[in-house]
Amino acid sequence: MDKEENRMDIIVCVKHVPETAEAEITVSPGGKSINTEDLVFDINEWDDYALEEAVLLKEKLGGAVTAITVGPQDADSTLRKCLARGADKAIRLTDKAFEGSDAFATAKILHKAIKDLPFDIILTGTQAGDDGYAQVSVVLAELLGIPHVTMVKKVEPKEGFMRVNRELEGGLQEVLEVKLPALLAVQTGINEPRYVSIMGIRKAREKELKVLGLADLGLKEEEVGGCGSWITVEKMFIPPVEKEAEILTGGLDEVSAKIVEIIKSKGLV
Amino acid sequence: MKEIFVLAEHRRGELRDVTFEMLTKGRELSQKTNMDLTAVLLGYNVKEFAKKLADQTKRVLIVDDARLENFNAEAYQKVLSNLISERKPPLTLIGHTAFGVDLAPSLATELNAPLATDCIDVDFEEEKLVVVRQVYGGKVNVKASLRKSDSYIVTLRPATFEAQQVEPLGGEITEVPSPLKEDIPYKKFIEYFEAPAGEVDITAADILVSVGRGIKEADNMPIVEKLAKALGGVVSCSRPIVDKGWLPSDRQVGTSGKTVKPKLYIAIGISGAFQHVSGMKNSDIIIAINKDPKAPIFRAADYGVVEDLFKVVPTLTDKILEGKA
Ligand SMILES: Cc1cc2nc3c(=O)[nH]c(=O)nc-3n(C[C@H](O)[C@H](O)[C@H](O)COP(=O)(O)OP(=O)(O)OC[C@H]3O[C@@H](n4cnc5c(N)ncnc54)[C@H](O)[C@@H]3O)c2cc1C
Repeated sequence: MDKEENRMDIIVCVKHVPETAEAEITVSPGGKSINTEDLVFDINEWDDYALEEAVLLKEKLGGAVTAITVGPQDADSTLRKCLARGADKAIRLTDKAFEGSDAFATAKILHKAIKDLPFDIILTGTQAGDDGYAQVSVVLAELLGIPHVTMVKKVEPKEGFMRVNRELEGGLQEVLEVKLPALLAVQTGINEPRYVSIMGIRKAREKELKVLGLADLGLKEEEVGGCGSWITVEKMFIPPVEKEAEILTGGLDEVSAKIVEIIKSKGLV
Repeated sequence: MKEIFVLAEHRRGELRDVTFEMLTKGRELSQKTNMDLTAVLLGYNVKEFAKKLADQTKRVLIVDDARLENFNAEAYQKVLSNLISERKPPLTLIGHTAFGVDLAPSLATELNAPLATDCIDVDFEEEKLVVVRQVYGGKVNVKASLRKSDSYIVTLRPATFEAQQVEPLGGEITEVPSPLKEDIPYKKFIEYFEAPAGEVDITAADILVSVGRGIKEADNMPIVEKLAKALGGVVSCSRPIVDKGWLPSDRQVGTSGKTVKPKLYIAIGISGAFQHVSGMKNSDIIIAINKDPKAPIFRAADYGVVEDLFKVVPTLTDKILEGKA
């Protein structure tokens, strides 16, 4: 393929999220958020695959990848990771006024940052592992006036369009064609995200990481944060227990013996 | 009379379960608020579905158009934004499914109708719409309110509300002319695709030893394979194990994998995200092994062991082999 002609400008939106699968989670005193001091943050699982897909497309067709996030300074580590893994530029959108933004307000912030950038494809994750809205990408596409496909499991670039596989339920997929420019929200497992190399980290240091705020983006305070959101968190709480497993206690031998008993009592061994 | 819309979801000639689950919630809300329950059905040659929906609703609005045969968010959005702008339902319910995730956010943006996604409950509280959602992989619940509006959109988590049988209500079926004039320009459905079936059918197994991300490395997989072998069972898994390529996709349990109902399901190093649990919650006996006592999987399991899997699983395997010897 002719590289110059097919060269792609790719934007990938990423989020810096706490890893919570194995952590102890507590609700903070105000009852509207969780305590994050002891949590480890990293790139959102879905965005990790989006980043890899962006870099794979660039390697195939030529072009440039710009990683964008909305978040506090800590989120720079996620952007640095993107740069080390093959993104060419990074932009962090941050402002005191952005605090409390829901998915809708976040999409508005991204929209202002992206609308004047050149792009053929925007890649995002289908959802974020923390608040799980699965909204930002599709709202962003609508604000930009471009088509979107979510739950993407396979991407094949064609002339002026993309052939994509989209995941449905129960192992079924649908194959679609979507015109470019388009936004593709990827599903986990679409590729194998590469590890960060020492070379990558070194190169990342020379790459540009830009920080933009409310005024730079031409946003008004009431458009973002809590005011510009659809959703207000009233209360966070640990889910009530409707049914709880009977916890088997004792040493390893004892617990194992108990499991064997249960299995035997059901006539399974 | 004001209306609550429930968007019917169907695929390949069948109405999907989530449709009836939403009707349950929609009916409850319509009784409470004195609004009509209206099913909205978009498709092609779907009159049969309309009859089924009419049994459970006050009315069915049907838009019949060849361009709506297979779900296409672009076409659906055009039709729905028209219907919602015209009839102004205070609430539209859509499933939080592959279909709803692709449709609801752009529809809400176009209509400027506040949207809450993946809700496990929804209610009107004094003019405001209030929802309950789960965050952080099901470890925390959030009660949230939506900005005041004449029209809201909510996507409901599948397998959360129970479909109900009701006395047939004989709702009226009204055909609405399709507003689609030309071809859908941006997105084109080509075909469905299903990965070819592998050698092992996990839905046929009596005993499933299911492994999750807690196993950490591909090299650790033999621990669970040995347990499965000792039990005469089959190894299944959660999604990350397939995403990493450690097991083929036909071993995955959950909404995007298989739904299983074995006599025994042992969940090892699986946190219990709802997408996983909805695929295994009807197993006869569920035993979960997880080092995190707060892991949501313990809410689905009958028995739990709060321990390091690398310690319990080999001991358990030995015990079973001893018993057999
Ligand atoms: C549209 C969509 C569809 C999806 N479909 C599916 C699906 O079909 N099936 C599915 O499974 N998921 C599905 N998912 C993903 C799902 O949301 C979860 O991300 C996934 O189920 C998590 O897998 P896990 O429990 O193995 O991993 P994690 O959530 O990371 O949990 C790992 C668990 O292992 C425990 N652990 C770690 N180390 C040890 C140890 N040494 N000893 C004991 N325990 C340990 C941890 O405490 C933790 O609870 C889907 C997601 C989306 C968005």
